[in-house]
Amino acid sequence: MKILVPIKQVPDTATQVKIAADAKGIDTTGITWIVSPYDEYAVEEALRIKEKRGQGEVVAVTLGPERAKEALRSCLAMGADRALHLRDPAWENADSLTVARALAAAIKQEAPQLVLFGRQAIDDDMGAVPAQVADLLGWPCASWIMEETISEDGKSVRAGRQVEGALEIFTIPLPCVLSAQKGLNEPRYPTLKGIMGAKKKEIKDVKAADLGQTADGAQLFVVALEALPPRPPGRIVPGEPAEAVKELVRSLREDAKAI
Amino acid sequence: MASAFWCIVEDDRAGRPKKVTGEVLGEGARLARQLGGQVEAVWLTDKATDEGLKQLAEWGAARVWLLENPALAPYRGEVWTPALAELAAAQTPQAIFGAVTARQRELLARLAARLGVGLAADSVAFSAQDGKLVATRPVYAGKLLSKVGWSKPPWLATLRPNVFRLEDPKTGAAPQIERPAVAISQGTMTLAERKEEASTGLPELTEADIVVSGGRGMKGPENFVILEELAKVVGAAVGASRAAVDAGWRPHRFQIGQTGRTISPKLYLGFGISGAIQHLAGMRTSKIIVAVNKDPEAPIFKVADFGIVGDLFEVVPLLTQEFKRLLEK
Ligand SMILES: Cc1cc2nc3c(=O)[nH]c(=O)nc-3n(C[C@H](O)[C@H](O)[C@H](O)COP(=O)(O)OP(=O)(O)OC[C@H]3O[C@@H](n4cnc5c(N)ncnc54)[C@H](O)[C@@H]3O)c2cc1C
Ligand SMILES: Nc1ncnc2c1ncn2[C@@H]1O[C@H](COP(=O)(O)O)[C@@H](O)[C@H]1O
Repeated sequence: MKILVPIKQVPDTATQVKIAADAKGIDTTGITWIVSPYDEYAVEEALRIKEKRGQGEVVAVTLGPERAKEALRSCLAMGADRALHLRDPAWENADSLTVARALAAAIKQEAPQLVLFGRQAIDDDMGAVPAQVADLLGWPCASWIMEETISEDGKSVRAGRQVEGALEIFTIPLPCVLSAQKGLNEPRYPTLKGIMGAKKKEIKDVKAADLGQTADGAQLFVVALEALPPRPPGRIVPGEPAEAVKELVRSLREDAKAI
Repeated sequence: MASAFWCIVEDDRAGRPKKVTGEVLGEGARLARQLGGQVEAVWLTDKATDEGLKQLAEWGAARVWLLENPALAPYRGEVWTPALAELAAAQTPQAIFGAVTARQRELLARLAARLGVGLAADSVAFSAQDGKLVATRPVYAGKLLSKVGWSKPPWLATLRPNVFRLEDPKTGAAPQIERPAVAISQGTMTLAERKEEASTGLPELTEADIVVSGGRGMKGPENFVILEELAKVVGAAVGASRAAVDAGWRPHRFQIGQTGRTISPKLYLGFGISGAIQHLAGMRTSKIIVAVNKDPEAPIFKVADFGIVGDLFEVVPLLTQEFKRLLEK
């Protein structure tokens, strides 16, 4: 079974992000880059499916600048077999739909049985690309999955998606799109052997023209990035616990009207 | 025809729209007034109720587009999207809004791809600039705000629950119901099983007005009982930090933060939580933040409106008592 895993390189979660001079993006100097955490769950799940079935291929794919190769390398070190790097000036300032169109075109060429996404990329926090790709391909999808089992004949998957108050388990014919939620698995760390082996694995560069894509212009554009409005300074309620609690509850009721 | 601001109805699967739909309609109505147009509800369901339809009118929906079909339950994106896209193509609404819920965040994304338009997911504010809509959405784990615009309508967006206000109810308003003829496919995926989460008797985390949350400082799963008691008194949901979840003290679905749920309650109370940046990502837009931590240097105090430096095992029972006294009055 061939499984494709789209991954995105994002700033490390603990990084301080600064707004760039043009106020449309962030200043990338000094940033540590990582594979978006949800995408690691997706890679892990793909590897587990391959291991369980005893055969198959896991292909990591990203659309991004040159530095995004590092993220693909990390996936190859975890155990992915090969990678595609979608990189072209036509995709600069891509919004989620442009990314989804490029990925859908790559998926058509690769023709995997399953595409496993992360639930959202933790930079733009959009959570849109997986469902968009599914729609462009005309495939069913299940978002935020917490468990999955591929049927023995490899024709369908049982996947549990997290909804408010329940887990809904669907039987979905393959090919389909799934997006991974935390709790699906615990991603492995690459071994030294994995890291060494990754250097020999193929990362194929793919241009927009290879996918028959042209610059279609973003549908959603950034007007401006802004810092958070400062929160009013807080108040430490002083005193012994019993006193402090009384005063806190009074403030919540009378000053903040929060209860 | 006046341009329409559509709001997709989120219901309880039993024919009753949820409060978040009132919030989306409320914001839709305000924007329609500003930009010209009217707010309308679009309800995809296997079974609507009269009471539910009336509720939508009272929340301000000038019209309700009702798509009622057994194939629409449970929600499946592959079935809902083409139906909604067909209706949108015929009616050309100016905007289509949904709520940030499990189904609508997926639905609106699929719909954006089908219509070839932009989607502003998880928006927390809107403004009108030169007759066009601009959405504000938190990015980089809520460390920054991104203002975004659309190249063309319809403007698609999902709205974070608990952030937007309901309009004053139009008591007694009668719904104007349209039942358009739209093709509904049978779909390919089938529901095999629905595992209800063990009921806590407490509100859903993302819907709750008050959230009580515990971290590593809780020291063990058994101690969450004291948070549950507090939660019961004030009608809160109980959440947790990742440290508490990864330790196996609480199930994943209760995790608040960057790799958990995003919440925006009126009141958030954190106990034994240090306030790591990834935790703040999930609760920073709470209206009032209260922190109880024995370390005065804990970063959570930087975002807290009120703090108590102390031992949570002393403070929580006292708080429960004090709230009980207050609310019994
Ligand atoms: C990629 C990534 C994603 C992450 N996603 C999330 C996420 O979604 N959500 C999340 O929460 N974290 C997330 N984290 C983890 C985050 O960095 C922190 O490790 C975590 O939030 C710490 O949880 P905590 O505050 O409960 O524990 P700690 O940081 O250990 O803090 C415990 C606090 O309890 C206090 N305390 C101890 N005993 C008492 C007592 N008796 N009374 C009062 N106070 C007491 C201590 O003073 C301390 O401040 C993520 C990390 C990474 C790298
Ligand atoms: N540039 C990209 N390249 C490859 N995959 C991506 C890219 N952007 C988003 N994705 C995938 O889509 C998921 C959701 O991203 P988003 O919709 O941007 O939040 C991510 O977790 C990835 O799996």
